[in-house]
Amino acid sequence: MSDQPGFFTSKLEAVIGWARKYSIFQYPFVTACCGMEYMSTASGHYDMDRFGAGLPRFSPRQADVLFVVGTISHKMAPVLQRVYAQMCEPKWVVAFGVCTCTGGFYDNYATVQGIDTIMPVDIYIPGCPPRPEAVLDGLMKLQTKIQKQKQLY
Amino acid sequence: MDTADTSSARETRSMLINIGPSHPAMHGVIRLITELEGEKVMNVEAEIGYLHRAFEKSCENSSWTQVMPYTDRLNYVSPLINNFGYCGAVEKLLGIEITERCQYIRVIMSEVSRITDHLTCIAACAMELGAMTAFLYFMKAREYLYEIVEQVTGARLTISYGRIGGVKADLPEGFEANLTQALKQTERELHEVDRLLTKNRIWVDRTRDVGILTRENAIAYSITGPLARACGIHYDVRKAYPYFAYDRIAFDIPLGERGDTYDRYLVRMEEMRQSIRIIRQALRDLPGGGVAVDPQGRVMESCELVDEAKLGHTAGLVGVNSTVEPTLDGTEKRHRKRVVPGDRGVVLPSKEDTYGNIEGLMNHFKLIMDYHGMRPPAGEAYFPVEGANGELGFFVVSDGSDRPYRVRCRPPCFFSMAGLHTMLVGYMMADVIATFGSINMIAGELDR
Repeated sequence: MSDQPGFFTSKLEAVIGWARKYSIFQYPFVTACCGMEYMSTASGHYDMDRFGAGLPRFSPRQADVLFVVGTISHKMAPVLQRVYAQMCEPKWVVAFGVCTCTGGFYDNYATVQGIDTIMPVDIYIPGCPPRPEAVLDGLMKLQTKIQKQKQLY
Repeated sequence: MDTADTSSARETRSMLINIGPSHPAMHGVIRLITELEGEKVMNVEAEIGYLHRAFEKSCENSSWTQVMPYTDRLNYVSPLINNFGYCGAVEKLLGIEITERCQYIRVIMSEVSRITDHLTCIAACAMELGAMTAFLYFMKAREYLYEIVEQVTGARLTISYGRIGGVKADLPEGFEANLTQALKQTERELHEVDRLLTKNRIWVDRTRDVGILTRENAIAYSITGPLARACGIHYDVRKAYPYFAYDRIAFDIPLGERGDTYDRYLVRMEEMRQSIRIIRQALRDLPGGGVAVDPQGRVMESCELVDEAKLGHTAGLVGVNSTVEPTLDGTEKRHRKRVVPGDRGVVLPSKEDTYGNIEGLMNHFKLIMDYHGMRPPAGEAYFPVEGANGELGFFVVSDGSDRPYRVRCRPPCFFSMAGLHTMLVGYMMADVIATFGSINMIAGELDR
């Protein structure tokens, strides 16, 4: 047996990846300003549903992708970590907005300086807040990532 | 069952239910600890502070002009009003008058912002009660207005359009036609949602006589804005203490009677119509102001100007009218005089001056560089504006240095959160969602 996956295994992985990337159930962890752009992206004008990510689930048990939308303060961080821990594998995290990426211009005692200091992040969408186009771009990058990665099943 | 039976034979215990801080109906971040007896809410405690971002402390470490982006993110649903509120406070401290045209621009943009805020509030509240269509229609309307905001300010949401002494740039070309069009589209959506919700049996049943805020409580908790107006209190900063150009514009203040969730919805709907009325009047009366015409009529790209200046070829560059990048559209010299006063100690020079001559460059430098910026005289000023949620006040204190000694924001949400329990206790658990949605709690300005 070689280490390379066989023909059927790799094809199965591709199919699973294809299925997963077009059925993203997101958990929008909306805290702040970015939520307004999240709402714009999710509604009719920009229509996130075109990318198979149309259904937000407000239970972490049902979600695959955690959208962390908005500033995370130190008071909020444990809540976010708990929500992340409650999600089932496979799961991905999107840092939406510059506050979640690096803390942004809230360089002060109250704000977590990037959520990657407390949990793993897959896609960073910078912007304060990012335009809906940037969000869709980030979503497509996440889809590519989901397709290409090794699938757990 | 009768009460005597309950007290003696069976033990009844209330149940504690925790809602939030991560809950779809908690509008971002707040935690409600509710005590229930059956489905009835016996007590509510709100825990706030999950979005504390140290606004006031950050302001003390920035120069007076650098505070502007922080104010955007207070009430991020209507950032323009915050901008102008802070500008108004500092202008009061400095004692400068803004130009007539600028006052009207501020009125127009404030009202656009107010409409987006009310749209978002009603949309979110309706969505939480299951009326997804209303949400999508209002998001559509909001998108039309965001496009207008983007044309004027260059950004959709966090706009930093206000400047101490004026606004960033003049209105773009074709603004009036675009805004008129957007208002028409918004009115159409308003009408559609009006037909969907106002006489809808489910909507009325869920909101009528639910979450009543009494007149006495509203005054006791100093609640202002649509919440107070829904229970019949005639208080609106635009009428009570007119600022900018509001004293020259005719508009009505809608008042409710019962102070319930349905009245708040009606008040917000009517306020949006009044805002559209205000914008139409302001557009009609928008003064042109003097446009400075360059006598030489020469036009250069600003980058060419910079190159020439670096090479030392400065002779003849004074007074040259350069073009600026599209993102700086409306900031040129000919527009500047209309939207900002001629006070060089406060207002940034036009880009042509900054790039074109040494006086302009030095003026720019002196305002922008750390420890050089403007220095308002020592003192304090409070300036209230009518935010979308009520009286939004900025209290600024100067010790005569280039940084604010203190910037205190009076967030309208904070007071409605203080009186929250009076609107929730005694109602059903499911009513918490409807009432809370109608309060329009914005965590950014609540926690600062």
